[in-house]
Amino acid sequence: MTSLLTVFLLVLALITALGVVRARNLFAAVMLMGIFSLLMAAVFLLLDAPDVALTEAAVGAGISTVLLLSAMALTAEEELAGGIHPTPALAVVLVTAAVIFYGMFEKPLVGDPEAPVNTHLAPQFFELTREQMEIPNVVTAVLASFRGYDTLGEVIVVLTAAIGVLFLIGPDAPQGSRAPSGGNLAGGGLKHHQPLRIVGKIAIPFILLFAFYVQYHGEYSPGGGFQAGALLAAGIILFGLLEGREAAAAVIPTRVLKAMAAGGALVFGGVGVVTLLMGGQFLEYRVLLDHPVSAQQLGIVVIEVGVGVTVSGVLLLIYHAFAARGRG
Amino acid sequence: MNLEPHLPALQVVVPLLTAPLVVLLRDARLAWWAALAASAMNFAVAVAITGQVLDGAVVRYDMGGWAAPLGIELRVDALSTILLLVVSGASTLALLGGRASLLEQVGEARQPLFMAAWLLALAGLVGILVSGDAFNIFVFMEISSLATYILVAGGPDRRALPATFKYLVAGTVGATFYLIGVGMVFMMTGTLNIADMELRLATVGDTNIVYVAAGFITIGLALKAAIFPLHAWMPNAYTWAPHVVTAFIAACATKVALYVLLRMDFFVFQKNLVDHELQFAFVLMPLAAMGILFGSIAAVFEPNLKRILAFSSLAQIGYILLGASLVTVAGFNASVLHLFNHALAKGALFLAVVCLGLRYRHLDLADLQGAGRHMPWTLTAFALAGLSLIGVPGTAGFVSKWALIIAALERGALGVALVVLIVVSSLLAVVYVARIVERLWFGEPPGENPAVSEAPWPTLAVTWLAVGANFWFGLNASLPGELAQRAGEAFLRHLP
Repeated sequence: MTSLLTVFLLVLALITALGVVRARNLFAAVMLMGIFSLLMAAVFLLLDAPDVALTEAAVGAGISTVLLLSAMALTAEEELAGGIHPTPALAVVLVTAAVIFYGMFEKPLVGDPEAPVNTHLAPQFFELTREQMEIPNVVTAVLASFRGYDTLGEVIVVLTAAIGVLFLIGPDAPQGSRAPSGGNLAGGGLKHHQPLRIVGKIAIPFILLFAFYVQYHGEYSPGGGFQAGALLAAGIILFGLLEGREAAAAVIPTRVLKAMAAGGALVFGGVGVVTLLMGGQFLEYRVLLDHPVSAQQLGIVVIEVGVGVTVSGVLLLIYHAFAARGRG
Repeated sequence: MNLEPHLPALQVVVPLLTAPLVVLLRDARLAWWAALAASAMNFAVAVAITGQVLDGAVVRYDMGGWAAPLGIELRVDALSTILLLVVSGASTLALLGGRASLLEQVGEARQPLFMAAWLLALAGLVGILVSGDAFNIFVFMEISSLATYILVAGGPDRRALPATFKYLVAGTVGATFYLIGVGMVFMMTGTLNIADMELRLATVGDTNIVYVAAGFITIGLALKAAIFPLHAWMPNAYTWAPHVVTAFIAACATKVALYVLLRMDFFVFQKNLVDHELQFAFVLMPLAAMGILFGSIAAVFEPNLKRILAFSSLAQIGYILLGASLVTVAGFNASVLHLFNHALAKGALFLAVVCLGLRYRHLDLADLQGAGRHMPWTLTAFALAGLSLIGVPGTAGFVSKWALIIAALERGALGVALVVLIVVSSLLAVVYVARIVERLWFGEPPGENPAVSEAPWPTLAVTWLAVGANFWFGLNASLPGELAQRAGEAFLRHLP
């Protein structure tokens, strides 16, 4: 039954992906992208990866859609005809797909307990998480502790994205020729749409509350800093869409957002520096306190806060950069 | 406290965490100082690690205190060390000499963001080099790529933007292919640690999926390394980037991708795939040869100075690949040496371009005619670095080309053909370098050119320092030679 549902969702995803490629209208393409992400989130959930599903839903379907829409305010709505010849590209994509397909015949089946992925390191991850961290969500343990250095790297990737956007279209960037400004998204919000405003505003407190729940419950259930940061940003961006960008900027000024984006990464890295100074390896949380289990938990909680702060700061910075540019 | 055991971590962490601090700065001068300090410290750490590696150690570090393969392992051997020196050295020299040029080309207001991106590019590149974990390499590849796109897009000409976009698309496809390959290997081995992967692939090496994975990894990295014919993004990205950025990334970015390619193909797949060496001989050797010829010929006909040097880089990447594709210890040695020596030559040449760029807006040869009369020191430096690019005896470029020729001759008749190829392309290099020098020294200045003065001394001094390094390592190649030899020994242990 589950596999039938997965196949159904994947077929829908494929159709949606083809729709994205074929759409000439950028607005339609963006919306289809959002649907694609939501379908993939459902597939991830069926594959027993709720953490990934939550991220995909929040970032892929939610934030990316909003950011792409804000970017659309800087350009035309219809794609110009011609220019790109799709046939060679299509051929390359088909060959790549065929090669992947060819390789897949010998891979272990999904969920096979004898698969190397499940026999080699996974048992140790489960055991060590139980023994040394005493938290139920092994995914959080792997991301935040066993492979915390990768996660620090990903937080820096997110920060780099913000640096790039600010560098290219931020307030100090050279002002290029502007496309005619787009609709409500970038501009003054949906002030004239009373029903949307009222319904939207009811949702915002719940989104924010859920963000904090996902942040602080990350060790126990799916979630963590990335998802929480995305949700927090989504809540505020929704407010910006309803009431205009300035209103959102009044909630958290851009100056503060910049400090959040850099500060979160510094908190994360700072934990590593502290463990190093306390005689451990970089990011070896167990030296933080006398009791190694509490120390691991403390380390995980602090770095997750760093992740959440950077992710929300960066997403909001990018939203403001696009929206402010589209307006002027 | 004793920092020595933490050197591999510090190599990455210092620039990685200085970057967010620099983002918060408002002052352009302060941002430059911070970036320069972090970059110089990076070089110092690289030198310290080189000392440990020369003592015969493989420097290891367990991130988070989790032993590999459970946690992420940093692992620095001779091959990584030689590139650590190149990357951190190139970054430091470019920053040191590039302040004036960057202020002019990028503008003062955006300097803090730009310097943060610079540090992230540096951190990403050294992060790849010290890592012993295939997924961790991907993470740092993302950091370095994203940051490099920002740096390239900082060019003052609007053509920098489409060039960046092309680079971004190609780079993203390359990184995604690498990730698909790593994911497939993970599926078959359950590990991401490179050393562990090599061991565990032994039992599953002869499956379709592992071959497919090796193909994805090779093609993805070839795209990032601008190996012919996957180089389309490279000439424009080099040309329209700010000159200082070109000096930095031309010496580093493609070489680090090549490093990962060598690391994965020779240290992970070599033993485990049946007839793996055929892949190098049959596929990569002809590509290397075509890249050498195509790059050299294109360089001869290009009108723009930076594009000439970019196409020359394509040829040089071909040399590096050619040595490796011989699948012999001598060939691998020559490759590693050329990684180092080409970075020296190309770095010095692009630093001379930075000098020219401070006085000339357009860098077509036609615009630059007669520049040598106004800027004799710059042009002399350019000509001397050009000698190293050609491979004239006494320069660094000669050392590695000679090693490459010796390595090729071990292969009999095929080797002789390869030597002919190397000689022909070196002659082509003589042509394009001579063409530049001739036009810039003896050409008539176009129109009424206002009196142009010599480049400012900090930039000029750094350029000459880089030129000096070309001669120093040409006459005394013991350091890169020793490291290349150790890399060759490690390579030998991974041969089937």
